[in-house]
Amino acid sequence: MTAALADLGELIAGALPQGVLKSEVAFGELTLSVRRESILKVLSFLRDDANCQFKILLDVCGADYPERDERFDVVYHLLSLTHNMRIRVRTTTDGSLTVPSATALFSSAGWWEREAWDMYGIMFDGHPDLRRILTDYGFEGHPLRKDFPLTGHVELRYDDEQKRVVYEPVKLTQDFRAFDFLSPWEGMTHVLPGDEKADKQSGEDA
Amino acid sequence: MGVSDNAVPLLPPGPEQDAILRNVTQELSDRGFVLANLDKVVNWARTGSMWPMTFGLACCAVEMMHAYMSRYDLDRFGVVPRPSPRQSDVIIVAGTLTNKMAPAFRKVYDQMAEPRYVISMGSCANGGGYYHYSYSVVRGCDRVVPVDVYVPGCPPTAEALIYGVLQLQKKIRRTGTLWR
Repeated sequence: MTAALADLGELIAGALPQGVLKSEVAFGELTLSVRRESILKVLSFLRDDANCQFKILLDVCGADYPERDERFDVVYHLLSLTHNMRIRVRTTTDGSLTVPSATALFSSAGWWEREAWDMYGIMFDGHPDLRRILTDYGFEGHPLRKDFPLTGHVELRYDDEQKRVVYEPVKLTQDFRAFDFLSPWEGMTHVLPGDEKADKQSGEDA
Repeated sequence: MGVSDNAVPLLPPGPEQDAILRNVTQELSDRGFVLANLDKVVNWARTGSMWPMTFGLACCAVEMMHAYMSRYDLDRFGVVPRPSPRQSDVIIVAGTLTNKMAPAFRKVYDQMAEPRYVISMGSCANGGGYYHYSYSVVRGCDRVVPVDVYVPGCPPTAEALIYGVLQLQKKIRRTGTLWR
């Protein structure tokens, strides 16, 4: 399977030398790095080529790497039922550059791109209805960006005088605590009292 | 439950209970009416038909469904889920109340007729729970509506919810008045 994926990656990279920057197989999955301008060309090739037939767009999502110049990744996951293969296509962008919308190629891209816009502020060029999909109406900011605070900027309560729910600046009575998630079972290395012999025996066996 | 005074414990079935029932029947057949305190009768009626608005928001809703279904059968207590706030007496907030849902939740609550009660079910509805520090979750549904009974758990079992319903019945019997 891995060899077939590597072959497919080479085939695609050979067919679209300007578009595909890199093709790699990691953990049994094929990933194409693609230039932002040629993302539609690559996606339509993947959809229509007889060797690809990736007719299903499963997901469009974002990823944030704040230390990079173009801080966002846009990641497309596609599935080919014909060849029983999956592929991941990724490209980069930042808060102001636009990515061509895939809605003309895959109708499912509409809501995925709205989600990526909502969560990361990634702008898609040519999307018919690019507005927020998950967060509250009038929400400000893009919550999955790494610089967005976990608790956000506002909190909500019902105002008895205005007879409606109102937003207020967030006030926490107790700060968020970072818990140590190390399991005591994995973290424990010392020998239990009375267990010295068992440990020695298992050491000898090994 | 019943019209009897709360200070007097309910009589178990037996000769004493039979005697009381015989007296009441006697009185009913002799005079054609029975005397009772109006507020007690009202409370009896209220506690015997608490219709909850179905307001399942998350996984707690599944436990709420268990409480309604045949094993626990909240119908025995006159608790029948209603799809309309106009027909409901109590709203069970079962799950995470998000910022986006809060105005809709308040609207549903406002549409319910008085007297109305609120049962907050599960950690998320009680105080935000697992999502307390989230940017999109209301830190407890008591920020939006007044709550009568909090049922703890994540999620609470169906038994816990039934216990909460019974506690609410007790509260209505204890504090219930004609006008709230």
